Amino acid sequence: MTTTEERPAAEIGAPRRRKEDQRLITGRTRWTDNITLPGMLHLTMVRSPVAHGKIASIDTEAAKAAPGVIAVITGADIADEQGSLPCAWPITPDQKAPPHPAVAVDTVNFAGEIVACIVARSPAEARDAVELVDVDYDDLPVVLDMAAAAQGGELTHPDLGTNVSATWVYDSAEAGTGSDVEAAISSSDIVVERTYRQQRLIPAFMEPRSVVCDPTGEQTTLWSATQIPHILRLMLALTCGISESKVRVIAPDVGGGFGGKLQVTPEEVITLVVARRLGRPCKYTETRSESIMAAHHGRDQIQKLTLSARRDGTVTGLKVELLADMGAYLGLVSPGIPILGAFMYNSIYKFPAYRFVCTNVFTNKNWTDAYRGAGRPEATYAIERIMDELAVEVGVDPMEIRERNWIKHEEFPFSTVAGLEYDTGNYEAATARAKELFGYDALRAEQEQRRQSNDPVQLGIGISTFTEMCGLAPSRVLGALSYAAGGWEHASVRMLPSGKVEVVTGTSPHGQGHETAWGQITADRLGVPFDDIEVLHGDTQISHKGLDSYGSRSLTVGGMALVAAADKVIEKARPIAAHMLEASVDDLEFTAGRFNVRGTDSSLGIGDIALAVFAAHDLPFGVEPSIDAEATFDPANFSFPHGTHLCAIEVDTDTGAAKIRNYTCVDDIGNVINPLIVEGQVHGGLVQGIAQALFEEAVYDDSGTLVTGSFVDYLVPSAADLLNFTTDRTESPSTTNALGVKGVGEAGTIASTPAVVNAVVDALRPLGINDIEMPCSPYRIWTAIQAASSGAKTPTDNPTVDEPAQPTHNAATSEAMTTETSGDNAIDTEGGRA
Amino acid sequence: MIPAAFDYVSPDSLAGALEALGSDADEIKVMAGGQSLIPVLKLRLAAPTLIVDLGRIPGLSGVTDEGDAIVIGAMTTHDEVATDALVTEHAALLAKAAQTVADPQVRHRGTLGGALVHADPAGDLPAPILALEAEMVIVGPAGERTVSAADFFEDMFTTSVGPDEILTQIRVPKHSGWGAHYEKFTRVAQQWSIVAVAATVKTEAGTITDAKVALTNMGSTAVRARAVEAALIGQPANPDAVRSAAAQAADGTTPPTDPNGDADYRRHLAAVLTGRAVLTAVGT
Amino acid sequence: MARINMVVDGVSYSDDVEPRTLLVQYLREDVGKTGTVVGCDTSNCGACTVLLDGVSVKSCTLLAVQADGHEVTTIEGLSSSDGGLHPMQQAFHDNHALQCGYCTPGMIMQSIDVLNSNPSPSEHEVRDGLEGNLCRCTGYQNIVKAVMSVSKGGAA
Repeated sequence: MTTTEERPAAEIGAPRRRKEDQRLITGRTRWTDNITLPGMLHLTMVRSPVAHGKIASIDTEAAKAAPGVIAVITGADIADEQGSLPCAWPITPDQKAPPHPAVAVDTVNFAGEIVACIVARSPAEARDAVELVDVDYDDLPVVLDMAAAAQGGELTHPDLGTNVSATWVYDSAEAGTGSDVEAAISSSDIVVERTYRQQRLIPAFMEPRSVVCDPTGEQTTLWSATQIPHILRLMLALTCGISESKVRVIAPDVGGGFGGKLQVTPEEVITLVVARRLGRPCKYTETRSESIMAAHHGRDQIQKLTLSARRDGTVTGLKVELLADMGAYLGLVSPGIPILGAFMYNSIYKFPAYRFVCTNVFTNKNWTDAYRGAGRPEATYAIERIMDELAVEVGVDPMEIRERNWIKHEEFPFSTVAGLEYDTGNYEAATARAKELFGYDALRAEQEQRRQSNDPVQLGIGISTFTEMCGLAPSRVLGALSYAAGGWEHASVRMLPSGKVEVVTGTSPHGQGHETAWGQITADRLGVPFDDIEVLHGDTQISHKGLDSYGSRSLTVGGMALVAAADKVIEKARPIAAHMLEASVDDLEFTAGRFNVRGTDSSLGIGDIALAVFAAHDLPFGVEPSIDAEATFDPANFSFPHGTHLCAIEVDTDTGAAKIRNYTCVDDIGNVINPLIVEGQVHGGLVQGIAQALFEEAVYDDSGTLVTGSFVDYLVPSAADLLNFTTDRTESPSTTNALGVKGVGEAGTIASTPAVVNAVVDALRPLGINDIEMPCSPYRIWTAIQAASSGAKTPTDNPTVDEPAQPTHNAATSEAMTTETSGDNAIDTEGGRA
Repeated sequence: MIPAAFDYVSPDSLAGALEALGSDADEIKVMAGGQSLIPVLKLRLAAPTLIVDLGRIPGLSGVTDEGDAIVIGAMTTHDEVATDALVTEHAALLAKAAQTVADPQVRHRGTLGGALVHADPAGDLPAPILALEAEMVIVGPAGERTVSAADFFEDMFTTSVGPDEILTQIRVPKHSGWGAHYEKFTRVAQQWSIVAVAATVKTEAGTITDAKVALTNMGSTAVRARAVEAALIGQPANPDAVRSAAAQAADGTTPPTDPNGDADYRRHLAAVLTGRAVLTAVGT
Repeated sequence: MARINMVVDGVSYSDDVEPRTLLVQYLREDVGKTGTVVGCDTSNCGACTVLLDGVSVKSCTLLAVQADGHEVTTIEGLSSSDGGLHPMQQAFHDNHALQCGYCTPGMIMQSIDVLNSNPSPSEHEVRDGLEGNLCRCTGYQNIVKAVMSVSKGGAA
C-alpha cells in the first residue's frame, strides 16, 4: 500500500484491542441514566395520542396533587423560555418551517409530541402522575401521505399555507458540470423510469436517550446521551437565551447514535428549562416506546428516477425527482438529509447530464432527520437498483453494465456531473476481489440451474458497486449548501511533565473507538507508547471546541486535526530540543519520539522536553514554556470510500421468505488505522442496511398512530436472523488528507441495502417481477409472486423493450409522483456545487 | 416501564392462593412466570390492584409419568418442558413447540400454565396442547375439575379458568413413538408466530395411521386442522400425499390481517407450513 | 413495601421495596449495580440480562420480590476476586465484540448462559442462543466469534 507517512507506522494499521472495552465489559460505565445527583428530581413526559389537534384544555390539577409531584409544566407555562427547537440547515432562502416548541403550546402535530412534563421526587411518582393529566384535543385533519400532501389538500401546518417546506434543485447544465438532462433523455435509445420508496426507519440506538441537568453551579451542566455535545451547547444557549459560557454539556458514555442522537431534542430543552426554573438537578430518561415514537426517524422518501442510455448501455443522463417526508417539524439537519444524496446519485458512473430536484414535505408524523448514511443510502439504493434495470433493458449481466459505465482507475481524479472531485478509487480491483471471494460465476451457474428446474427456492444475486462521500465537510461547501456551521474539527495535545500525553478531540465517539484509534495515531506521530496516551472527549469544559461525530467525519477531519496538533507539538519542541542539545535546529531530525542531532548519537525524547518545559528553568529566550498545541482542521475535499458488495439470497417462492446465503464485500476505505475497528464498523453497517432491505419499517395507521411502536413490531434483527459476512479490503489511499484515510462508519449501511434488494429481485425476475418494496417481507414477496403468476398487470410489471432508437418509458410504478409543484420554489443551485 | 402500584402476595400453598383470589381487591391477576404479565404491566396495558404470585407454591412444577399420560405442573418452565425426558419421549410436539417460545431468558422464567391461561392466539403452546388433546386440571373453591384442551381455549386471551380458579396441571396423553414437528413462521427469530403449525403423526410401514394437527394464529384461538387430519390418515407418508392433505389446512379458519400478512396469505401459509410440519414429523 | 433478601454478586442485601419494583430497577437504583442497563420496555432487547441462581433472565421482566431469597449475578460480579476478567469478558475484548457497549452486559451474561447449557455449541446454536439480545453496532459476527472462542473446542 502507498502511504503518505514518512516513518514506519508501528501503531497505525495494527489491530489494537480497544481501550474503551475495559469499562464496558465490566459494567463500570457512565451512561447518563447512571448519574444520580443530590436532590435530583425525575421528569416524565405527557405525550399526545393524536396526530393532529388543537389543545382545547389541559387539566393538571390532579397530577399536581399526586404524591411526590413537584411541578407539572405545560407548553403555556414555559412558552417564553423554551424558544423554538433549532433547524440549522435552511436549504433555500424561502424554506418554510413551523415554530417547533419543545412542549406543544396550542396544537399537536404528531402522535408522541410532548404536551406536558411531570416533575416528581421519584421516577415512579413521575410516571404515575402522567395518567392524571387530562388533555382535551380538538381533532384536526391528519396529513400522512407525502405524495398527496405535496399536491396540497389538507395542511399539516395551515399557517404555512402549503405542505411543501422547500424545493431544492441541482442541474448539471446550470451548474456547468454537465449537459442538459432533458436533451439527453429525449435523444437516447433507452429510457428507464422507476420509482422507489425509502421506507421510514427508526435509528434504534441501544441506549435510550437520557438527560441530566444540574443548574446549581455557576455553569449549568447538562449530561446527555448525545452525539453532539458541542453543537448542543451552542444550540441550547441560543434556543433558551442563556449565555453559552454558562452552559457545559457532557456526553458521557453514549450507547450508539447512528444519527439518531444528532439532534437538539425537546427533552433536552425541557430538562434544562425545568431544572433552571426549579433550581434542582433533574433527570429524564425515555422508555424505548417513547424513543421509537418520538426520537427522530430516518429515510422516508419517494424517489423517481429517469435514466437514459445508448443501446450499448452507456449512460447518457439521470434525472432524480425526490419527495422527502420531513414529518411534522424540521429537526436540526432534516432539510439537508436528502440534499446530501444529491451528489451521490451519479455514484461511480460517468453520467454526462444530471438533474436532481428534491421537494421536502410536511406530514403529521414524527420528524425525520439523520440516520446512518443520511441521504447517501437513498441515492445509492436508487442508482444501484436502476442500473440493474438498465442491464435488463440492454440484455447484459448487471455487473457488465456497471463495468461499462464506471470511472476507470486511471481516470482519477475525476470531476463528477454532480460537481464533486473524486480523488482516488479503483472499482476494478474491489470488484475483482469481491467476485473471487463470492464465487460469482459458480453462483450464477447455480441460479441458472434452479431456474431451469423450477426449483421452489430460487437464487438471486445482488450487486452494489457503491461510493459515498465522507468527511463532512469542507466548510466552504457547507456554506454553499446554506448549512449554518462549518465542517472543521479541532484537537489539542497536552504534553504532561511525566511524559504522558493527553489528547483532546472535538469528535464525540459513541461506540466508534476513538480513544483507541486516536491513541494509535498519536503514538505514531509523537513516538510515545500507546498506553501513555489518554484521549479526552465529550465534555465542553475539557474539549472546548469541536463539531462532534456524524457523517463518517471523525477520522478524516478529527483525525487530521489531531495530526496537525501533534505536528505543532513537534515544531514547538524543536527549538527547545536544539537549545538543550546545543545543536542547530536545522541539524535535528524527529524520529520515533526523539530529536536526534544528525550524524551524532546525541538525542532527546519528546517526554524529556515536556519535563524541561514544565520546569522552564532553561529555555531559549522568548520561547513560551509550553509545547502543548492545538489545531483546527478544515478538509479541502470530501473523501470517497467505495466498494463492491455481493449478496446471494434464497427466495422461497412458496412462502415468500428471503434468506441471505452469502454476503461478500470488498471495501476501499483508503488507509486503515485499526483493521479490527474497521471490520466491526463494516459488520454493523451491513446489518443496518440489510435490516432496511428485509426487516425494518416504521408504520403509521390511518389516524397517524405509530403501529410499530415497540421492538415487538419494529423488527431489529438479532444474531439468529443473520449470518457471517465475508469482508475484505482494497486500499486506494485518499490523496486529500495526510493519513490517506476515507472513513468507514456508514459504508456498510449505504452499500448493503441495494445489494440485498437487487438479489431478491434477481431471484424473481424470471417471474416478471422487477421490484419489491422495502422491507422485502415474505408477505410482499409472496404477493408479488401471486400477482405475477396470475398475469395481472401489477405495479411491478415490466413492460417489454421498445423498438430500437425509440425511447422506452417504463413507468415502473403506479405511484405517480408529481414534480410540477416544485417549480415555484426552484432556486438557482450554484450553491449546490461542491 | 414502571408498572402501576399493586399489592402483592406470594402464598406458599394452593389454598392460600385460592384464598387470595377470593379477596375483595378490585382487579386480581395471577402471576405464574410473569413473562407475559410483566410486559403488560410495564406498558400499563393492565393495572391490577393485587397480584397473586404462584412462584412459591410447592408442587406446581415438574413432569410425572402417570401411565397413559404425563402430567406437567402448570409452573413448569418452557425450558424445562423443552428439555424434559418424559415430555420429549411422550409428547415430543410439546417439547419442540416450547423450544420456540420467545428467547432463552424468557423460556427460563415463562411457564406452560401461564402461557396457556394467557391464551394469546399467536402463542406457541395452545396449538400443541390442542393437538395432543391434553386435559387441563383446574382448582377452585369448589375443588378440582378437568377440562379438555378443546374446551379450554374460549377466545382471544380467554380460557375457561374462572377468576377464582388456578390451572395446576396439564395432563398430556402419551404419544410415544409419534413423529412431531412445530413449524413456526416468523420474519425475525424473536417475533410472535405469523402462522405456525403443530403436527404429530403416527406412521406404520410408511403409512400414516394417525395424525393430529393444530394451527397457531389462524383465528382467535389455536385451531385443530381436522380436515387435514382426516385426509392424512391412511395416506402414504410421502410429499405428494402430505401436501395434498395439507392443502385443506386453512378450512374454516379466520386468520387476522396485520402488516405481516393478510388473511389470504396466512391461509396459504397454513397449507404450506402444514405440509412441511407433517413431512418433518414423519421424517421425510 | 415488601421486605426482600437477595445475594447480588456475592453480597447479601436486605431492603424494603415496592412490589412493583422491577429487578433491574432494584439492582440499579437500590443496589447501585448500574452495569446492568435497560434497553427496552417490552422484554425484547436483553440488555438487562442477569443470572438468577445461575440461569439467565431478563431483569426487566422479573419483579424484585420474585427474586427474594435468590442469588443474582450481574456483569459486575463476573470478575474474579483479584480483578481478572471472566473468560467471556476477555473474549469480547479480544474479538472486538462490542462497540458502544450498551448491549454488552446483557450479551455477555446471555453468552455465559449459552455455554452453561451447551458447552460445545455450533455457530448456529450460539446465534439461536442470543436471539433475545439485540445489538445495533456489531452486526453480531464478532460476538458469535467471541462466544465460539471460549466454547469447548473453540479457538481460545
